[in-house]
Amino acid sequence: MKMESKDIEILHIIEENGRVSLSTLAKMVDLTEDEVKQILKKLEDKKVILSYSAVIDWSKVYDHEGVTAMIDVKVTPQRGVGFDEVAERIYRFPQVKALYLMSGAYDLSVVIEGKTMQEIARFVSEKLSALDSVISTTTHFQLKKYKHDGVVFEEGEDDQRIVVTP
Amino acid sequence: MKQSVQTNNRLSEAVQRIQPSGIRKFFDLASKMDNIISLGVGEPDFVTPWNVREASISSMERGFTAYTANAGLIELREEISKYLYNRFQTAYDPEHEVLVTVGASEGLDVAVRAIVDPGDEVIVVEPTFVSYAPIVSLAGGIPVSVGTRKEDDFKLTPEQIEAVITDKTKAIMLSFPNNPTGAVMTKEELQAIATVIKKHDLLVLSDEIYAELTYDGEHYSFSRLPDMRERTILISGFSKAFAMTGWRLGFVTGPEDIVRAMLKIHQYTMMCASTLAQHGALEALRNGLDDVNKMVDSYRQRRNFVVKSFAEIGLPCHTPGGAFYAFPSIKETGLSSDDFAEKLLMTERVAVVPGNVFGEGGEGHIRCSYATSMENLEQAVERIGRFIK
Repeated sequence: MKMESKDIEILHIIEENGRVSLSTLAKMVDLTEDEVKQILKKLEDKKVILSYSAVIDWSKVYDHEGVTAMIDVKVTPQRGVGFDEVAERIYRFPQVKALYLMSGAYDLSVVIEGKTMQEIARFVSEKLSALDSVISTTTHFQLKKYKHDGVVFEEGEDDQRIVVTP
Repeated sequence: MKQSVQTNNRLSEAVQRIQPSGIRKFFDLASKMDNIISLGVGEPDFVTPWNVREASISSMERGFTAYTANAGLIELREEISKYLYNRFQTAYDPEHEVLVTVGASEGLDVAVRAIVDPGDEVIVVEPTFVSYAPIVSLAGGIPVSVGTRKEDDFKLTPEQIEAVITDKTKAIMLSFPNNPTGAVMTKEELQAIATVIKKHDLLVLSDEIYAELTYDGEHYSFSRLPDMRERTILISGFSKAFAMTGWRLGFVTGPEDIVRAMLKIHQYTMMCASTLAQHGALEALRNGLDDVNKMVDSYRQRRNFVVKSFAEIGLPCHTPGGAFYAFPSIKETGLSSDDFAEKLLMTERVAVVPGNVFGEGGEGHIRCSYATSMENLEQAVERIGRFIK
């Protein structure tokens, strides 16, 4: 899809900060609020903007710690639909946060989030491995999150500069 | 009293003549306060791109800890030369026409010292970076100020230079995009200046440190104009474009005889720029321009926000075409620049720099750096709006 440069500029800004107000956004890209509203609606309608989300460090929220695992899945592609059908069957599970078709040693990379390791183990053995076209799974648990979606966790971001300079 | 006379006698007249930077007072005030939003900072809010930092760390690991050539690493001078040609279509011979300096500040100093004799007059276009006039004075020269005006979008006109040229005028210091006004000049506007410069056989020190931070068009380098290359010293550096202020790395280019003269001063004072920083700069030029573009996009958006927001709260501000400063007029408040900045700091805890510290034409304005986060800018605009109500 070909986009106008203002569309792309807006996408960059809201990708970095989805909470930016309409009036601020309009000033930043030198358009009126109505024009920006229209562009946002167009991008939402065309499913270029899929959702506005926050990156949250759940490990800091008491009782909300979870476990994330990345599972390498080898599958047998189906005649006529390739990997799409099995992919759809997998991504419909709410535990699946992301799913990618990969090149290389395995076919699908599945990102699962659960409350405990047991919950993830159960999902893998009872749901994922049980699918007919799944040949094998290899589960990798995430131990610590350093950077996610371009955001560095736990980085000191204080302004180190002196207050007034030439 | 006697004591102070003795002390003064120990100091050179040149040093006694110059005043400490007017910014100092605001720094002292602001640095003692908490929770202030600072628009007083003349440097990028980005950290130097990681690949540049990594290259510098790696250079140290590989043991590059010795002096480089006085003029700087030849690879770096070659890269500077390519960069200037690719970005601004100015061609310089890396062997004889490029000198790597300890920041653009040293570049300015050696440039002035290489060409100014005691008594020579140097035209300083104000409002401007605080160092120009003192550097001229320290070299024994006489700074002659020319004030640009808001009505001209802080651009310099040929008539303004003609009015101050005497038979002692040796050179003129230009700085576009400008700190603090953000003014830029087009090729045609620069050509009009060049005509006067040629007529009176002057030299030009063109400080183009903000060249990369130009928002509404291409930067036009002064030395590209016909007949200007042979009389222009171009001063630039890595601080602003590559967010490398603390590295202290700059460069000067110009005609061979002048660069040779500058090299003499540089080799007796600085010897060479930091080797570590030079390796970082090499990486910045080779692989850092994407980062520069991203930073420029971000500054442009913030500039748009600041200028429009100032207009909304009743602070008239011309649209700066470059650098990262807005220079709104505060005349309608009836306060002087100093009073405005001090009262704003005390009541709303927003630090800005009073325009008068940048010289003639700066009074009645404040300098607001938009090199800070959007959240800070939104907050600052709200507070300034409340203050001027």
